[in-house]
Amino acid sequence: MTPADFSAIRLTAELATLTTLLLLLVGTPIAWWLARTESRWKGPVAAVVALPLVLPPTVLGFYLLVTMGPHGPVGRLTSALGLGVLPFTFPGLVVASVLYSMPFVVQPVQNAFEAIGARPFEVAATLRAGPLDTFFSVAVPLARRGFVSAAILGFAHTVGEFGVVLMMGGNIPGVTRVVSVAIYDHVEASEYAPAHALAGGMVLFSFVVMLAFHWVSASPRRRAG
Amino acid sequence: MKLFEPWALLGLTLTLSAARADDVPVAVAANFSAPMKEIAALFEQETGHRALVSPGSTGKLSEQIRNGAPFQVFLSADERTPASLEAEGLAVPGTRFTYAIGQLVLWSARPGFVDGKGEVLKKGGFRHLAVANPKLAPYGAAAMEAMAKLGVLAAIEPKIVTGENIAQTQQFVATGNAELGFVALSQVLRDGKPVEGSMWVVPSDLHSSIRQDAVLLAPGKGKPAAEALLRFLRGDRARAVVRAFGYGL
Repeated sequence: MTPADFSAIRLTAELATLTTLLLLLVGTPIAWWLARTESRWKGPVAAVVALPLVLPPTVLGFYLLVTMGPHGPVGRLTSALGLGVLPFTFPGLVVASVLYSMPFVVQPVQNAFEAIGARPFEVAATLRAGPLDTFFSVAVPLARRGFVSAAILGFAHTVGEFGVVLMMGGNIPGVTRVVSVAIYDHVEASEYAPAHALAGGMVLFSFVVMLAFHWVSASPRRRAG
Repeated sequence: MKLFEPWALLGLTLTLSAARADDVPVAVAANFSAPMKEIAALFEQETGHRALVSPGSTGKLSEQIRNGAPFQVFLSADERTPASLEAEGLAVPGTRFTYAIGQLVLWSARPGFVDGKGEVLKKGGFRHLAVANPKLAPYGAAAMEAMAKLGVLAAIEPKIVTGENIAQTQQFVATGNAELGFVALSQVLRDGKPVEGSMWVVPSDLHSSIRQDAVLLAPGKGKPAAEALLRFLRGDRARAVVRAFGYGL
Protein backbone atom coordinates (compact mmCIF):
# COMPACT_ATOMS: atom_id res chain seq x y z
CA MET A 1 0.00 0.00 0.00
CA THR A 2 1.15 3.51 -0.80
CA PRO A 3 1.19 6.55 1.55
CA ALA A 4 -1.88 7.69 -0.39
CA ASP A 5 -3.69 4.53 0.73
CA PHE A 6 -2.83 5.19 4.37
CA SER A 7 -4.05 8.73 3.97
CA ALA A 8 -7.31 7.33 2.56
CA ILE A 9 -7.69 5.10 5.62
CA ARG A 10 -7.04 8.00 8.00
CA LEU A 11 -9.45 10.19 6.09
CA THR A 12 -12.16 7.53 6.18
CA ALA A 13 -11.74 7.06 9.92
CA GLU A 14 -11.97 10.81 10.50
CA LEU A 15 -15.04 11.12 8.31
CA ALA A 16 -16.82 8.22 10.01
CA THR A 17 -15.97 9.42 13.52
CA LEU A 18 -17.10 12.98 12.91
CA THR A 19 -20.26 11.82 11.12
CA THR A 20 -21.16 9.43 13.96
CA LEU A 21 -20.70 12.10 16.64
CA LEU A 22 -22.77 14.62 14.70
CA LEU A 23 -25.46 12.02 14.05
CA LEU A 24 -25.73 11.11 17.73
CA LEU A 25 -26.13 14.81 18.45
CA VAL A 26 -28.69 15.50 15.72
CA GLY A 27 -30.34 12.08 15.62
CA THR A 28 -31.09 11.67 19.31
CA PRO A 29 -33.67 14.48 19.57
CA ILE A 30 -35.29 13.22 16.35
CA ALA A 31 -35.39 9.66 17.70
CA TRP A 32 -36.78 10.89 21.02
CA TRP A 33 -39.50 12.86 19.28
CA LEU A 34 -40.37 9.94 16.98
CA ALA A 35 -40.52 7.53 19.92
CA ARG A 36 -42.83 9.70 22.02
CA THR A 37 -44.98 11.74 19.66
CA GLU A 38 -48.53 11.05 18.61
CA SER A 39 -48.45 13.83 16.05
CA ARG A 40 -49.77 13.12 12.59
CA TRP A 41 -46.37 14.27 11.29
CA LYS A 42 -44.73 11.21 12.82
CA GLY A 43 -45.24 9.11 9.68
CA PRO A 44 -43.89 11.67 7.19
CA VAL A 45 -40.89 12.54 9.39
CA ALA A 46 -40.05 8.85 9.92
CA ALA A 47 -40.34 8.31 6.17
CA VAL A 48 -37.97 11.19 5.37
CA VAL A 49 -35.43 9.91 7.88
CA ALA A 50 -35.63 6.44 6.31
CA LEU A 51 -35.28 7.67 2.70
CA PRO A 52 -31.52 7.02 2.39
CA LEU A 53 -32.24 3.33 3.04
CA VAL A 54 -33.99 2.99 -0.29
CA LEU A 55 -32.74 5.87 -2.46
CA PRO A 56 -29.90 5.06 -4.84
CA PRO A 57 -26.75 6.94 -3.71
CA THR A 58 -26.75 8.56 -7.16
CA VAL A 59 -29.96 10.43 -6.28
CA LEU A 60 -28.44 11.86 -3.12
CA GLY A 61 -25.13 12.56 -4.88
CA PHE A 62 -26.85 14.32 -7.77
CA TYR A 63 -29.04 16.53 -5.55
CA LEU A 64 -26.17 17.38 -3.23
CA LEU A 65 -23.92 18.32 -6.16
CA VAL A 66 -26.62 20.53 -7.63
CA THR A 67 -27.97 22.15 -4.44
CA MET A 68 -24.61 22.62 -2.71
CA GLY A 69 -22.89 23.84 -5.89
CA PRO A 70 -22.40 27.57 -6.57
CA HIS A 71 -25.73 27.88 -8.41
CA GLY A 72 -27.78 25.87 -5.91
CA PRO A 73 -29.69 27.30 -2.93
CA VAL A 74 -27.46 25.70 -0.30
CA GLY A 75 -24.35 26.69 -2.23
CA ARG A 76 -25.50 30.31 -2.41
CA LEU A 77 -26.18 30.31 1.33
CA THR A 78 -22.80 28.79 2.27
CA SER A 79 -21.03 31.20 -0.11
CA ALA A 80 -22.89 34.17 1.42
CA LEU A 81 -21.82 32.99 4.88
CA GLY A 82 -18.21 32.95 3.67
CA LEU A 83 -17.96 29.15 3.88
CA GLY A 84 -17.47 28.63 0.16
CA VAL A 85 -19.19 25.77 -1.64
CA LEU A 86 -19.20 22.30 -0.17
CA PRO A 87 -18.62 19.82 -3.03
CA PHE A 88 -14.97 18.64 -3.23
CA THR A 89 -14.40 19.50 0.42
CA PHE A 90 -14.17 17.44 3.59
CA PRO A 91 -17.03 19.33 5.30
CA GLY A 92 -19.12 18.59 2.20
CA LEU A 93 -18.50 14.88 2.67
CA VAL A 94 -19.48 15.19 6.34
CA VAL A 95 -22.80 16.83 5.40
CA ALA A 96 -23.47 14.13 2.79
CA SER A 97 -22.58 11.34 5.22
CA VAL A 98 -24.80 12.74 7.97
CA LEU A 99 -27.76 12.64 5.59
CA TYR A 100 -26.79 9.29 4.13
CA SER A 101 -26.27 7.50 7.47
CA MET A 102 -29.13 9.19 9.34
CA PRO A 103 -31.53 6.20 9.48
CA PHE A 104 -28.79 3.91 10.76
CA VAL A 105 -28.47 6.07 13.87
CA VAL A 106 -32.02 7.35 14.38
CA GLN A 107 -33.77 4.00 14.12
CA PRO A 108 -31.82 2.00 16.76
CA VAL A 109 -32.05 4.92 19.21
CA GLN A 110 -35.76 5.32 18.50
CA ASN A 111 -36.35 1.59 19.04
CA ALA A 112 -34.44 1.72 22.31
CA PHE A 113 -36.50 4.68 23.52
CA GLU A 114 -39.71 2.90 22.56
CA ALA A 115 -38.64 -0.29 24.35
CA ILE A 116 -38.38 1.55 27.66
CA GLY A 117 -42.16 1.76 27.89
CA ALA A 118 -44.20 4.23 29.92
CA ARG A 119 -43.54 2.87 33.42
CA PRO A 120 -40.06 4.36 34.16
CA PHE A 121 -41.31 7.77 33.05
CA GLU A 122 -44.35 7.56 35.33
CA VAL A 123 -42.05 6.71 38.22
CA ALA A 124 -39.79 9.62 37.31
CA ALA A 125 -42.82 11.90 37.22
CA THR A 126 -43.98 10.82 40.69
CA LEU A 127 -40.45 11.61 41.91
CA ARG A 128 -40.97 15.09 40.40
CA ALA A 129 -38.17 14.81 37.89
CA GLY A 130 -38.22 17.55 35.23
CA PRO A 131 -38.30 16.61 31.53
CA LEU A 132 -34.57 17.24 31.00
CA ASP A 133 -33.66 15.37 34.16
CA THR A 134 -35.91 12.47 33.12
CA PHE A 135 -34.29 12.38 29.68
CA PHE A 136 -30.71 12.30 30.94
CA SER A 137 -31.12 10.15 34.06
CA VAL A 138 -33.83 7.76 32.86
CA ALA A 139 -34.14 7.61 29.08
CA VAL A 140 -30.49 7.84 28.04
CA PRO A 141 -29.13 5.23 30.50
CA LEU A 142 -31.96 2.81 29.70
CA ALA A 143 -31.38 3.24 25.98
CA ARG A 144 -27.58 3.00 26.10
CA ARG A 145 -27.54 -0.28 24.20
CA GLY A 146 -29.45 1.48 21.42
CA PHE A 147 -26.87 4.28 21.39
CA VAL A 148 -24.01 1.80 21.07
CA SER A 149 -25.78 -0.02 18.22
CA ALA A 150 -26.50 3.30 16.53
CA ALA A 151 -22.89 4.44 16.82
CA ILE A 152 -21.58 1.15 15.41
CA LEU A 153 -24.01 1.15 12.47
CA GLY A 154 -23.56 4.86 11.72
CA PHE A 155 -19.78 4.52 11.72
CA ALA A 156 -19.77 1.36 9.60
CA HIS A 157 -22.27 2.69 7.10
CA THR A 158 -20.24 5.86 6.61
CA VAL A 159 -17.09 3.80 6.03
CA GLY A 160 -19.05 1.81 3.43
CA GLU A 161 -20.21 4.90 1.55
CA PHE A 162 -19.18 5.06 -2.11
CA GLY A 163 -21.63 6.39 -4.67
CA VAL A 164 -22.31 9.72 -3.00
CA VAL A 165 -18.62 10.40 -2.42
CA LEU A 166 -17.74 9.49 -5.98
CA MET A 167 -20.33 11.92 -7.31
CA MET A 168 -19.52 14.95 -5.18
CA GLY A 169 -16.06 14.31 -3.76
CA GLY A 170 -13.88 14.86 -6.82
CA ASN A 171 -11.44 12.15 -5.67
CA ILE A 172 -8.90 14.50 -4.05
CA PRO A 173 -6.10 12.68 -2.20
CA GLY A 174 -6.20 13.49 1.52
CA VAL A 175 -9.42 15.51 1.21
CA THR A 176 -12.14 13.38 -0.35
CA ARG A 177 -10.49 10.15 -1.51
CA VAL A 178 -11.87 7.70 1.03
CA VAL A 179 -11.01 4.01 1.10
CA SER A 180 -13.92 2.86 -1.06
CA VAL A 181 -12.96 5.33 -3.81
CA ALA A 182 -9.27 4.41 -3.51
CA ILE A 183 -10.19 0.75 -4.07
CA TYR A 184 -12.24 1.67 -7.14
CA ASP A 185 -9.29 3.65 -8.52
CA HIS A 186 -6.87 0.79 -7.98
CA VAL A 187 -9.15 -1.77 -9.62
CA GLU A 188 -9.76 0.41 -12.66
CA ALA A 189 -6.04 0.96 -13.08
CA SER A 190 -5.38 -2.80 -12.75
CA GLU A 191 -3.41 -2.24 -9.52
CA TYR A 192 -4.66 -5.40 -7.90
CA ALA A 193 -2.15 -5.67 -5.02
CA PRO A 194 -3.14 -2.45 -3.22
CA ALA A 195 -6.77 -3.09 -4.17
CA HIS A 196 -6.59 -6.47 -2.42
CA ALA A 197 -4.92 -4.98 0.64
CA LEU A 198 -7.59 -2.30 1.04
CA ALA A 199 -10.54 -4.51 0.07
CA GLY A 200 -9.40 -7.33 2.36
CA GLY A 201 -9.03 -4.82 5.16
CA MET A 202 -12.58 -3.62 4.54
CA VAL A 203 -13.95 -7.18 4.75
CA LEU A 204 -12.12 -7.75 8.02
CA PHE A 205 -13.22 -4.41 9.43
CA SER A 206 -16.86 -4.96 8.46
CA PHE A 207 -16.85 -8.44 9.95
CA VAL A 208 -15.53 -7.17 13.26
CA VAL A 209 -18.09 -4.37 13.27
CA MET A 210 -21.02 -6.66 12.56
CA LEU A 211 -19.79 -9.09 15.22
CA ALA A 212 -19.62 -6.26 17.74
CA PHE A 213 -23.10 -5.18 16.68
CA HIS A 214 -24.38 -8.71 17.18
CA TRP A 215 -22.91 -8.92 20.68
CA VAL A 216 -24.32 -5.56 21.67
CA SER A 217 -27.81 -6.11 20.32
CA ALA A 218 -28.15 -9.82 21.18
CA SER A 219 -27.26 -9.60 24.89
CA PRO A 220 -30.31 -9.81 27.13
CA ARG A 221 -31.99 -6.46 27.52
CA ARG A 222 -32.63 -7.14 31.18
CA ARG A 223 -28.99 -6.53 32.00
CA ALA A 224 -29.32 -3.01 30.75
CA GLY A 225 -32.06 -2.30 33.26
CA MET B 1 -48.62 -27.51 -20.05
CA LYS B 2 -50.68 -24.38 -20.46
CA LEU B 3 -48.47 -22.55 -18.00
CA PHE B 4 -45.47 -22.95 -20.24
CA GLU B 5 -46.99 -21.58 -23.41
CA PRO B 6 -46.45 -17.87 -22.77
CA TRP B 7 -42.81 -18.55 -22.01
CA ALA B 8 -42.37 -20.59 -25.14
CA LEU B 9 -43.93 -17.79 -27.15
CA LEU B 10 -41.69 -15.21 -25.57
CA GLY B 11 -38.62 -17.31 -26.33
CA LEU B 12 -39.72 -17.69 -29.91
CA THR B 13 -40.28 -13.96 -30.31
CA LEU B 14 -36.83 -13.20 -28.92
CA THR B 15 -35.20 -15.70 -31.27
CA LEU B 16 -37.05 -14.28 -34.26
CA SER B 17 -36.17 -10.67 -33.54
CA ALA B 18 -32.56 -11.62 -32.94
CA ALA B 19 -32.46 -13.23 -36.35
CA ARG B 20 -33.73 -10.10 -38.08
CA ALA B 21 -31.37 -7.54 -36.60
CA ASP B 22 -28.50 -7.97 -34.23
CA ASP B 23 -27.56 -5.97 -31.20
CA VAL B 24 -23.93 -4.96 -30.96
CA PRO B 25 -22.71 -4.18 -27.44
CA VAL B 26 -20.17 -1.37 -27.83
CA ALA B 27 -17.85 0.01 -25.16
CA VAL B 28 -17.28 3.69 -25.89
CA ALA B 29 -14.83 6.11 -24.29
CA ALA B 30 -16.93 8.75 -22.53
CA ASN B 31 -15.69 11.64 -24.70
CA PHE B 32 -17.16 9.97 -27.78
CA SER B 33 -20.52 9.08 -26.30
CA ALA B 34 -22.48 11.97 -27.88
CA PRO B 35 -21.19 11.44 -31.45
CA MET B 36 -21.60 7.67 -31.01
CA LYS B 37 -25.28 8.15 -30.24
CA GLU B 38 -25.73 9.90 -33.60
CA ILE B 39 -23.63 7.33 -35.39
CA ALA B 40 -25.63 4.52 -33.80
CA ALA B 41 -28.87 6.06 -35.07
CA LEU B 42 -27.47 6.32 -38.61
CA PHE B 43 -26.12 2.79 -38.34
CA GLU B 44 -29.49 1.41 -37.34
CA GLN B 45 -31.15 3.35 -40.15
CA GLU B 46 -28.77 1.90 -42.72
CA THR B 47 -28.33 -1.68 -41.52
CA GLY B 48 -31.14 -2.40 -39.04
CA HIS B 49 -28.56 -3.46 -36.45
CA ARG B 50 -28.59 -1.74 -33.10
CA ALA B 51 -25.45 -0.52 -31.34
CA LEU B 52 -25.89 -0.76 -27.56
CA VAL B 53 -23.56 1.91 -26.23
CA SER B 54 -21.89 1.66 -22.81
CA PRO B 55 -19.88 4.81 -22.07
CA GLY B 56 -17.07 4.93 -19.48
CA SER B 57 -13.43 5.77 -18.97
CA THR B 58 -11.05 3.90 -21.25
CA GLY B 59 -9.38 2.41 -18.16
CA LYS B 60 -12.62 1.13 -16.67
CA LEU B 61 -13.94 -0.29 -19.93
CA SER B 62 -10.70 -2.12 -20.72
CA GLU B 63 -10.72 -3.58 -17.21
CA GLN B 64 -14.27 -4.80 -17.78
CA ILE B 65 -13.23 -6.30 -21.12
CA ARG B 66 -10.34 -8.10 -19.40
CA ASN B 67 -12.82 -9.52 -16.93
CA GLY B 68 -15.19 -10.96 -19.48
CA ALA B 69 -17.55 -8.13 -20.39
CA PRO B 70 -19.52 -9.15 -23.51
CA PHE B 71 -18.61 -6.06 -25.60
CA GLN B 72 -18.03 -6.81 -29.27
CA VAL B 73 -16.55 -3.47 -30.31
CA PHE B 74 -14.38 -1.05 -28.33
CA LEU B 75 -13.96 2.63 -29.15
CA SER B 76 -11.04 3.66 -26.98
CA ALA B 77 -9.80 7.17 -26.23
CA ASP B 78 -6.21 6.17 -27.02
CA GLU B 79 -4.22 3.82 -29.24
CA ARG B 80 -2.33 2.06 -26.46
CA THR B 81 -5.30 0.26 -24.87
CA PRO B 82 -6.64 -1.44 -28.03
CA ALA B 83 -3.08 -2.49 -28.88
CA SER B 84 -2.55 -4.09 -25.49
CA LEU B 85 -5.96 -5.80 -25.67
CA GLU B 86 -4.88 -7.25 -29.01
CA ALA B 87 -1.55 -8.38 -27.52
CA GLU B 88 -3.46 -10.10 -24.72
CA GLY B 89 -5.59 -11.98 -27.22
CA LEU B 90 -8.77 -10.13 -26.26
CA ALA B 91 -9.14 -8.28 -29.57
CA VAL B 92 -9.06 -9.51 -33.14
CA PRO B 93 -5.65 -8.78 -34.82
CA GLY B 94 -5.71 -6.49 -37.81
CA THR B 95 -8.97 -4.75 -36.93
CA ARG B 96 -7.55 -1.67 -35.20
CA PHE B 97 -7.89 1.76 -36.82
CA THR B 98 -8.04 5.40 -35.75
CA TYR B 99 -11.65 6.60 -35.84
CA ALA B 100 -11.00 10.08 -34.42
CA ILE B 101 -8.24 12.37 -33.20
CA GLY B 102 -9.25 14.04 -29.97
CA GLN B 103 -9.03 17.74 -29.22
CA LEU B 104 -8.37 18.85 -25.65
CA VAL B 105 -9.94 22.12 -24.45
CA LEU B 106 -9.79 24.11 -21.26
CA TRP B 107 -13.40 25.03 -20.60
CA SER B 108 -15.40 27.08 -18.12
CA ALA B 109 -19.18 27.38 -17.95
CA ARG B 110 -18.64 31.09 -17.20
CA PRO B 111 -18.34 33.33 -20.25
CA GLY B 112 -15.04 35.21 -20.32
CA PHE B 113 -13.42 33.13 -17.58
CA VAL B 114 -11.05 31.24 -19.86
CA ASP B 115 -9.08 33.47 -22.24
CA GLY B 116 -8.01 32.49 -25.74
CA LYS B 117 -4.42 31.77 -24.70
CA GLY B 118 -4.94 29.79 -21.52
CA GLU B 119 -3.34 32.57 -19.44
CA VAL B 120 -5.91 31.80 -16.73
CA LEU B 121 -3.78 28.79 -15.78
CA LYS B 122 -0.90 31.10 -14.82
CA LYS B 123 -3.09 33.82 -13.31
CA GLY B 124 -5.04 31.49 -11.04
CA GLY B 125 -8.15 32.98 -9.44
CA PHE B 126 -10.02 29.68 -9.22
CA ARG B 127 -10.57 27.15 -6.46
CA HIS B 128 -11.03 23.97 -8.45
CA LEU B 129 -9.83 22.76 -11.82
CA ALA B 130 -11.38 19.51 -13.04
CA VAL B 131 -9.33 16.89 -14.86
CA ALA B 132 -10.30 13.35 -15.85
CA ASN B 133 -8.39 10.76 -13.83
CA PRO B 134 -5.03 10.66 -15.69
CA LYS B 135 -4.54 7.02 -14.77
CA LEU B 136 -7.76 6.00 -16.53
CA ALA B 137 -8.60 8.64 -19.12
CA PRO B 138 -6.25 9.69 -21.95
CA TYR B 139 -7.72 13.22 -21.93
CA GLY B 140 -6.74 13.47 -18.27
CA ALA B 141 -3.20 12.33 -19.05
CA ALA B 142 -2.98 14.85 -21.91
CA ALA B 143 -4.20 17.63 -19.61
CA MET B 144 -1.52 16.83 -17.01
CA GLU B 145 1.10 16.77 -19.78
CA ALA B 146 -0.01 20.18 -21.06
CA MET B 147 0.06 21.74 -17.58
CA ALA B 148 3.51 20.27 -16.95
CA LYS B 149 4.79 21.67 -20.25
CA LEU B 150 3.40 25.12 -19.36
CA GLY B 151 5.17 24.90 -16.00
CA VAL B 152 1.96 25.43 -14.01
CA LEU B 153 1.33 21.90 -12.77
CA ALA B 154 2.96 22.29 -9.35
CA ALA B 155 0.98 25.45 -8.61
CA ILE B 156 -2.32 24.01 -9.82
CA GLU B 157 -2.01 20.47 -8.43
CA PRO B 158 -3.65 21.25 -5.05
CA LYS B 159 -6.68 22.64 -6.89
CA ILE B 160 -7.24 19.64 -9.13
CA VAL B 161 -10.42 17.62 -8.71
CA THR B 162 -10.60 14.35 -10.58
CA GLY B 163 -13.54 13.07 -12.54
CA GLU B 164 -13.83 9.32 -12.89
CA ASN B 165 -14.10 9.85 -16.64
CA ILE B 166 -14.28 12.80 -19.01
CA ALA B 167 -18.09 12.98 -18.76
CA GLN B 168 -18.03 13.40 -14.98
CA THR B 169 -15.25 15.97 -15.41
CA GLN B 170 -17.44 18.00 -17.74
CA GLN B 171 -20.32 17.72 -15.28
CA PHE B 172 -18.15 19.15 -12.46
CA VAL B 173 -17.50 22.21 -14.65
CA ALA B 174 -21.04 22.47 -16.04
CA THR B 175 -22.55 22.60 -12.53
CA GLY B 176 -20.03 25.33 -11.63
CA ASN B 177 -18.54 23.27 -8.80
CA ALA B 178 -15.20 23.53 -10.57
CA GLU B 179 -14.65 26.91 -12.22
CA LEU B 180 -12.87 25.32 -15.15
CA GLY B 181 -11.58 22.00 -16.40
CA PHE B 182 -9.94 20.08 -19.21
CA VAL B 183 -12.51 18.30 -21.37
CA ALA B 184 -12.90 17.08 -24.93
CA LEU B 185 -13.95 19.63 -27.55
CA SER B 186 -16.74 17.24 -28.56
CA GLN B 187 -18.38 17.69 -25.16
CA VAL B 188 -18.69 21.47 -25.41
CA LEU B 189 -19.97 21.68 -28.98
CA ARG B 190 -23.65 21.50 -29.83
CA ASP B 191 -24.36 21.20 -33.54
CA GLY B 192 -20.87 22.43 -34.28
CA LYS B 193 -21.15 25.56 -32.10
CA PRO B 194 -19.56 26.11 -28.67
CA VAL B 195 -21.97 25.84 -25.74
CA GLU B 196 -22.24 28.78 -23.35
CA GLY B 197 -19.07 29.55 -21.45
CA SER B 198 -15.51 30.15 -22.50
CA MET B 199 -12.77 27.90 -23.77
CA TRP B 200 -9.20 27.61 -24.90
CA VAL B 201 -8.43 24.99 -27.50
CA VAL B 202 -5.17 23.51 -26.17
CA PRO B 203 -2.50 23.52 -28.94
CA SER B 204 -1.61 19.98 -29.90
CA ASP B 205 2.13 20.57 -29.37
CA LEU B 206 1.53 20.79 -25.61
CA HIS B 207 0.61 17.12 -25.32
CA SER B 208 0.99 13.87 -27.21
CA SER B 209 -1.75 13.47 -29.79
CA ILE B 210 -4.95 11.78 -28.68
CA ARG B 211 -5.41 9.18 -31.41
CA GLN B 212 -8.55 7.28 -30.61
CA ASP B 213 -8.55 3.72 -31.91
CA ALA B 214 -11.40 1.29 -32.41
CA VAL B 215 -11.00 -2.47 -32.38
CA LEU B 216 -13.08 -5.61 -32.84
CA LEU B 217 -13.11 -7.56 -29.58
CA ALA B 218 -12.95 -11.33 -29.33
CA PRO B 219 -16.70 -11.74 -28.59
CA GLY B 220 -17.42 -9.84 -31.84
CA LYS B 221 -15.33 -12.12 -34.02
CA GLY B 222 -17.41 -13.48 -36.90
CA LYS B 223 -20.45 -11.44 -35.85
CA PRO B 224 -21.76 -9.69 -38.99
CA ALA B 225 -23.33 -6.82 -37.05
CA ALA B 226 -20.11 -6.01 -35.17
CA GLU B 227 -18.09 -6.10 -38.37
CA ALA B 228 -20.69 -3.94 -40.08
CA LEU B 229 -20.39 -1.34 -37.32
CA LEU B 230 -16.62 -1.09 -37.74
CA ARG B 231 -17.08 -0.73 -41.52
CA PHE B 232 -19.70 1.95 -40.91
CA LEU B 233 -17.31 3.87 -38.61
CA ARG B 234 -14.81 4.13 -41.49
CA GLY B 235 -17.51 5.33 -43.88
CA ASP B 236 -18.35 8.89 -44.93
CA ARG B 237 -21.58 9.23 -42.93
CA ALA B 238 -19.86 8.38 -39.65
CA ARG B 239 -16.83 10.52 -40.49
CA ALA B 240 -19.05 13.53 -41.08
CA VAL B 241 -20.45 13.14 -37.57
CA VAL B 242 -16.95 12.72 -36.14
CA ARG B 243 -15.82 15.99 -37.78
CA ALA B 244 -18.95 17.86 -36.74
CA PHE B 245 -18.06 17.12 -33.13
CA GLY B 246 -14.68 18.79 -33.48
CA TYR B 247 -12.45 15.76 -33.88
CA GLY B 248 -9.66 15.54 -36.39
CA LEU B 249 -9.39 12.62 -38.78
